[in-house]
Amino acid sequence: MAIPISYNVRNLVVRKTTTVLTVGGIALTVAVLVAVLALVEGLRSAFEASGRPLNVLVMRKGSTAELMSVVTRSDFQVMKFKPGIATNRNNQPMASLEMVTMINNLGNGKAAEGMNINLRGLTPIGIEMRDQVHLISGRFFEPGKREIIVGKNIAARYPKASLGSRVRFGRGQWDVVGVMDGGRSSASSEIYADLNQISADYSRTEYLSAALIRASDPVAMQALRNNLEGDPRFNISTQSEREYYESQMVSATPVRFMGLLVCVIMAVGSSFAAMNTMYAAVARRSADIGMLRVLGFSRAGILTSFLVESVILSVMGGAVGCLLALPLNNFQTRIGSFVTFSEISFSLRMTPEVMAAGVGFGMLMGVLGGFFPARSAAKKEILAAFRAV
Amino acid sequence: MLRYWPLVVKNALRNRRRSTLTVLSVAASFCLLGVLMSMYHIFFLNPPSPDQALRLMVRNRISITNVMPASYEARIRQVKGVQEVTVFQYFGGIYKDSRDMKNYFARFGVEPARFFAVSPHYRIPDEQKRAFETERSACVVGLGIAQRLNIHIGDRITLVGDIFPVILELTVRGIYENPSDDGGLLFDYEYLRESMAQRGRGQLDQVGMFILRAESPEAVPSVIEAVDEMFANSPSETKTETERAFALGFLSYLGDVKLMLISVCGALTFTILLVSANTMAMSVRERVREVGILKTLGYSPHAVLGIMLSESVLIALLGGMLGLGIAAAIVSAMRHVPIMFVSLKRLAVPPWVLAGCLVLAVVVGVASSFFPAWNASRRPITTCLRFTD
Repeated sequence: MAIPISYNVRNLVVRKTTTVLTVGGIALTVAVLVAVLALVEGLRSAFEASGRPLNVLVMRKGSTAELMSVVTRSDFQVMKFKPGIATNRNNQPMASLEMVTMINNLGNGKAAEGMNINLRGLTPIGIEMRDQVHLISGRFFEPGKREIIVGKNIAARYPKASLGSRVRFGRGQWDVVGVMDGGRSSASSEIYADLNQISADYSRTEYLSAALIRASDPVAMQALRNNLEGDPRFNISTQSEREYYESQMVSATPVRFMGLLVCVIMAVGSSFAAMNTMYAAVARRSADIGMLRVLGFSRAGILTSFLVESVILSVMGGAVGCLLALPLNNFQTRIGSFVTFSEISFSLRMTPEVMAAGVGFGMLMGVLGGFFPARSAAKKEILAAFRAV
Repeated sequence: MLRYWPLVVKNALRNRRRSTLTVLSVAASFCLLGVLMSMYHIFFLNPPSPDQALRLMVRNRISITNVMPASYEARIRQVKGVQEVTVFQYFGGIYKDSRDMKNYFARFGVEPARFFAVSPHYRIPDEQKRAFETERSACVVGLGIAQRLNIHIGDRITLVGDIFPVILELTVRGIYENPSDDGGLLFDYEYLRESMAQRGRGQLDQVGMFILRAESPEAVPSVIEAVDEMFANSPSETKTETERAFALGFLSYLGDVKLMLISVCGALTFTILLVSANTMAMSVRERVREVGILKTLGYSPHAVLGIMLSESVLIALLGGMLGLGIAAAIVSAMRHVPIMFVSLKRLAVPPWVLAGCLVLAVVVGVASSFFPAWNASRRPITTCLRFTD
């Protein structure tokens, strides 16, 4: 028969100071881990939301980002009549020629004025192809006018780019006529303007950046990609929009690496602290252990009991850690994409998986910290256990 | 107080396992604290060297991907207080297999003679410098990159352009050393212009960036103002900033580094406090009866308090020193890994971090043991002697 868990719980209650301090140490470690995981998860979900599965992104061969890619207008005129392209209600092919550049002059001129913001020139069909984008205030830009719509994160962060203000780039002033919500997608951190206006400003009316083409179905998508890549007239390569954004997850690598390193070292420290607490528990309950053995509980039972106690301690730590980090849920932050060299705003996401990982990590610390003390408890000889003071 | 020292040491050594575990646990946190504070120092506090403070980067106000007319160079040179100016053109490009991050390093086109005049801190033998200045297709590489990629003088390097549609065939004519960052490659900007012209891409009359050197530290603010003023309201407005401010702009790609470092350091400090407090609570509790005996022998409550506080400070200091020692080792290993464009070559544990951590250890030692020690020292002798744990 196993030693009842209530025995462990009551012991933890009796030594409440030590219990609280140990739980606190584990909780802080878990909180850091959970924050790192929530950050990575938030970024992943932002990139995932940015790529729609049927959209094919066409860029110049060898380009890794729209910013460095070149697709010519004349090539695009051929591309958009390839077979397998979905059409909209007006029977127009769902293909969008786009120009991407960056601006970084919305800050207030102080040192930390933030990162580059993607400026995207596109046509109405390009907006239509981004299903997740909708206006929250104002209106869409009108073709042929010097008007822009800004993502909600941009509008919130830069007073200079709020609705109704004027922004200067290219060859002059642009009116902010609308604020768009792209959900978690990168559109919320971008600025959209009329393709022809933008490309004229940057003297790139023929050399644009990339083309986004929607395939009619997954099978047609592969055929379309083969068709485009195999066409000797173009010097392009294709990838699904989803792949493009997934590849940007490398941006999270330094943060993830540093964060996990910090967590591992903190976890080592917390395991030692848990070990300390459990050794003290074992030492103080020497007589208990002797009595339990006399009553017929096995060595294995004692080992399990102390291990369980350590795990209870650490799971509490994990839970408290998750609670500590919970206010970070939806905390808005931003990171620079190493692929596009522009910033993407996203929110930390405390998903159940993230929290489970946090509690699991805490539990691991409990097992590591509790094993040796539990073993030393199990090894005690009955008489020696009674004699110890 | 010093005469109680042997007693303090004996007490600390009594439960060796506990003291060791506490020292290790505290050391783990101090180690991280040391590394993170050193990073904070090099990113945000490290004062620029007098030479670095003279160097200013000029880029297009809109963003670093936007370009400026090459003619700006001559006009910048005429600004009062400007000693020299050079083109600093990011080339990007692909070296060998771009999927291997090892092959990723910065490549810039410069005007060789002017570049070295602007950056006198580059150490390079005179004959190598001359070879770079006279041979059009010559390039020089940083010592760090030369060691990492096993590049020697005389080697040929092929860079396939991604931003510029050219292939550069370069010959390594020199290896330079730069105390703050030698992970890059420099080639003659003129060679890029010629290659572009040969490819029928016309005259390259736009430049990405200029670096200028001010005559004196006093001239820096007026130069910044004069340059930006000169191009204000032109199609290509400029932004002039110090080299350091420029580098910090890149750091923001990693996210809100300042906030992350500060919050993790805060969590670590609390962890140390909890671990240490836990240990002291346990050991004081075990020793209440001894306190009674000490007092019977004539030790004053103050002496008892002092002995216990000293023990706690001793353990925290040992942990702090061990942790900082490990931190120094980690920091020297990190020097070889660049983070984005921010070089960690000069990363070291600065004296204020050492001192700060040791002071923190003392504070934590006192804070963590004060309450249990205070209570124990105030307890009447009879209750002490009667105390059972």
